[in-house]
Amino acid sequence: MSSPVETTAQNLAADVRSGARSARAVLEEHLVVIESRDDEVHAFNLVLADEARASADAVDARVANGEDPGPLAGVPVALKDNLCTRGVPTTCSSRILEGWRPPYDATVVERLVAAGAVVVGKTNLDEFAMGSSTENSAFGATHNPLDLTKVPGGSSGGSAAAVAAGFAPLALGSDTGGSIRQPAALCGVVGVKPTYGAVSRYGLVAFASSLDQIGPFSRTVADSALVLEVIGGHDRRDSTSIHEPAPDLRSVLDRGVEGLRIGIIEELSGDGLEGIAGDVRARLHEAAAALEAAGATVATTSVPSTVYGLSAYYVVAPAEASSNLARYDGVRFGLRVDAPTSGDMHAATRTAGFGDEVKRRIMLGTYALSAGYYDAYYGKSQKVRTLLADDFARAYEEFDLLLSPTAPTTAFPIGEKTADPMTMYLNDVCTIPSNLAGHPSMSVPFGVGDDGMPIGVQVLAPATGEPTMFRAAAVLEASAPPGHPAVGGSVTGPTGGATA
Amino acid sequence: MSDDAATEIVPGWETVIGLEVHAELATATKLFCDAPNQFGGEPNTNIDPVSLGLPGSLPVLNEQAVELAIRVGLALHCRVQRSVFARKNYFYPDMPKDFQISQFDLPINEEGWLELADGRQVGIERAHLEEDTGKSTHVGGGGRIHEAGHSLVDYNRAGVPLIEIVGAPDLRSAEDARAYVSELRSILVAIGASDGKMEEGSMRVDCNVSVRPMGDPELGTRCEVKNINSLRSLGRAIVYESRRQVDLITSGDRVEQQTRHWNEDEGRTHKLRSKEEAYDYRYFPEPDLVPLDPSVEWIESVRSALPMLPRERRHRLADAAGVDTATASLTVERGMDDLAVEALAAGADAGRVLVHIENNLADGSGLLTAAAFASLVAMEVGGDLTATQAKTVLAVLVVDGGEPAEVAAGMGFEAMDDGALEAIVDGLIAEYDEDWAAFTSGDDKERKKKSGFFVGQIMKATNGQADGRAVNELLARRANG
Amino acid sequence: MTERISRSDVAHVANLAHLSLTDDELEAFTGQLADVLDHAADLEALDLDDVEPMIHPLPLRNVLRPDVVGATSDRSEVLACAPSVEDEQFRVPPVLGEAP
Repeated sequence: MSSPVETTAQNLAADVRSGARSARAVLEEHLVVIESRDDEVHAFNLVLADEARASADAVDARVANGEDPGPLAGVPVALKDNLCTRGVPTTCSSRILEGWRPPYDATVVERLVAAGAVVVGKTNLDEFAMGSSTENSAFGATHNPLDLTKVPGGSSGGSAAAVAAGFAPLALGSDTGGSIRQPAALCGVVGVKPTYGAVSRYGLVAFASSLDQIGPFSRTVADSALVLEVIGGHDRRDSTSIHEPAPDLRSVLDRGVEGLRIGIIEELSGDGLEGIAGDVRARLHEAAAALEAAGATVATTSVPSTVYGLSAYYVVAPAEASSNLARYDGVRFGLRVDAPTSGDMHAATRTAGFGDEVKRRIMLGTYALSAGYYDAYYGKSQKVRTLLADDFARAYEEFDLLLSPTAPTTAFPIGEKTADPMTMYLNDVCTIPSNLAGHPSMSVPFGVGDDGMPIGVQVLAPATGEPTMFRAAAVLEASAPPGHPAVGGSVTGPTGGATA
Repeated sequence: MSDDAATEIVPGWETVIGLEVHAELATATKLFCDAPNQFGGEPNTNIDPVSLGLPGSLPVLNEQAVELAIRVGLALHCRVQRSVFARKNYFYPDMPKDFQISQFDLPINEEGWLELADGRQVGIERAHLEEDTGKSTHVGGGGRIHEAGHSLVDYNRAGVPLIEIVGAPDLRSAEDARAYVSELRSILVAIGASDGKMEEGSMRVDCNVSVRPMGDPELGTRCEVKNINSLRSLGRAIVYESRRQVDLITSGDRVEQQTRHWNEDEGRTHKLRSKEEAYDYRYFPEPDLVPLDPSVEWIESVRSALPMLPRERRHRLADAAGVDTATASLTVERGMDDLAVEALAAGADAGRVLVHIENNLADGSGLLTAAAFASLVAMEVGGDLTATQAKTVLAVLVVDGGEPAEVAAGMGFEAMDDGALEAIVDGLIAEYDEDWAAFTSGDDKERKKKSGFFVGQIMKATNGQADGRAVNELLARRANG
Repeated sequence: MTERISRSDVAHVANLAHLSLTDDELEAFTGQLADVLDHAADLEALDLDDVEPMIHPLPLRNVLRPDVVGATSDRSEVLACAPSVEDEQFRVPPVLGEAP
């Protein structure tokens, strides 16, 4: 029997369901790993050891009573700290939510818990999910567990790091412009952004409502498939939720890619775009070759308006954010900095409570929506989204799936890009188009770069194309060159790990 | 709409008025969540994460609110169309999300009209859905906002569905404005869209006022007046604002486009902000909601279920009674037009029916049936009951129901025969011969005075059983004879 | 660099967004916002007159719920998270001016 921190969520759940291991024992082993390493990684804002023990015991009680404990029975799950958890602080890594305990659970949290999962803690993020490195947190940066001098990516860097470090086999993040896929790539784990509307956003603290989606991190493609089956499907509390049950993904994983037509997006994969590193391009082409070897036809194709994605995104996302973040005004919850009038109190509270990146995006979005600029910025950007969706539609007439790098480079050093926001924003160039179009895409680890750090390949699909996307992901996983040795939970002790 | 000189507030000047009416829709729950839509109640009890704007909460549209909005649109002859919700961004403590979900460039209802009781039509520009705010109570400073020490916020009302009805600038006087609001309220109540209670704030009126020299085709610069809480305030505010604007112009100043606040106690408006200080609301489509596009089938099913509206009721009664719609409107307002139309169909005299409704049924028609009403009026017109007796019988019919003939007989009301009345009248003429001489003197003033005297005496002598019209005819006959 | 956005523009949006900036912050933010807007300038060249803006990534419409009362929040739980409470209401400093 392998250590729980080395195995998959599927295997853990199977063992707990069969009574081979107790949920409590599984949890305790993970808590030991967290205890030993989270001081240096800082994946968690909050570890819920006592609550998790109670949940694990409840799962064990169900098993003992002969009840079905659910498909994720006893599996520890880490939640990005922008997912509402009833009675448990939900901070978005911002000072402004100081003291707030949501009076309700996010739909995804309800569904995970109903499936037997055990919530172990709330993970760090770039404040309000705005960032690509998890450095913009009011509670300090998260470190890449594979190299503590590097960033884990972001904004869901805490969740990616938690899975990569073996703190939990599963985590949830949110992805507005790449915030699941990019950190997954940088930490060497699987990360999925589902089709817009596939997973309920109820209880996800909004960043940019028309772009945000919740998705899983895991060490295996199959584990992400399992999580999506649990958290996906219609939710009447989210008006933008697709009126379909979650698709069956695990059953298609072994179908291979024979006969699938896969296009490499020219504009995001090399010569068309500055800043895609050579090692990243190399892995991408090896991945394409692997798919071809498995029976897919692969060709390069053009999705011309992807080059406008970054510009459109950095108008639309801040615009929606400027409105979504207005409610942090010191009246109903969270931080208040007192002042003689309500207006002054709002300003004092927001000025003290938000970090610079959040302020920057609020101002950018406010400007883009303000009288006289709406058409030039917001209006135009929403039109670019239509253009992009049309371009994708044309590409998907010829191809079943598209392929690109997930991130332009491997994990970069902490502090390297914090001084220049625009350089940081360029990290999202490959991931943004899927958000703008509302399409699913996922990052699958595929070898390492020249620095030995992980590289991810991004598989893109049309709306509700998750089943086909997962087939390709499973092939890539099976044919991937060796990843970073620390990923997959082979680090179980406090002294292990690649911290070079 | 009218250039009748009688509507001038300031002689030589025309006031142009357009109203924006917000009405709370009579749903069970709020517009975007299932917390109760209920007036009153303990503070902060009708709340949930959505109505508090808590992080992570999301709006889901109330089907019944849409249905009521469609009713309003159809009742106002609007085009009911595909619409998109938009966020209107501004900071205010009683606005939980610091933006209001409203409709902006694509409202659910556009381009309709409303007909006043006198038949004039007023344009409706749009009628859109939006959410209400919470309520702030200003503590200290005698409740005055500017002097308050602090404020307390109750979010019970936050998220209650509103329909905002924007009227065209077709009104010309305080009376017009009041008539418009009354008609709108009657419509909203008739279709079950709102209880229309201004005093509870479930119907609120903002008023755009401008003035121009009579006959000038150009519109003047308008001011929007807020905080109008009754029909009376509406009229006062319009008169005040018209005079203020005319005074400005005639003293050589210009009217500045402003939002102004009506102060009921002081009877004046004061400036809230100028156009330059207007909010930049940064409207954009609400990404948490999807477009609303009611099907033709839905709209038609709502249309076919609409009750008869006040305008149709006025026209129906006016046609049946042979009067104009303005005359018919009181009966319709009192909800007695069905009774009247049925009584008329049974052959009742239209004049008597409308007079009874106006004078004797102000407190409702109770158990009075149309058949009984028609019989009563027939007895009255046939001379079997005097007007006074008819009123007395009517009061009994309202309270107890029954047949007018039986009620009249039970009260000892019998038609007085002409001979008996003549004997009494002749006796009184003899008894008061000097008064009679004055009555017949030919002096109109004297005749009027003495007419009252003799009718009074005759009524006294007959215990009120004499028919007033018969008495007057008899007196005239004797005077001429 | 072109004058994408001026200091006074940034001061204006900060005011609209209820944020207070020091002079140094104003200077820094102006430069950073100008960088982003400069990048977005590539959109200016696009002819998008005939393109409909994407209002929503999904072709959904008419998502409605029945008008049935559901559970309300526990007032004490909600008020426990409020910075200041009086008489079961949210207490705020005096409000200057009225709601628009």
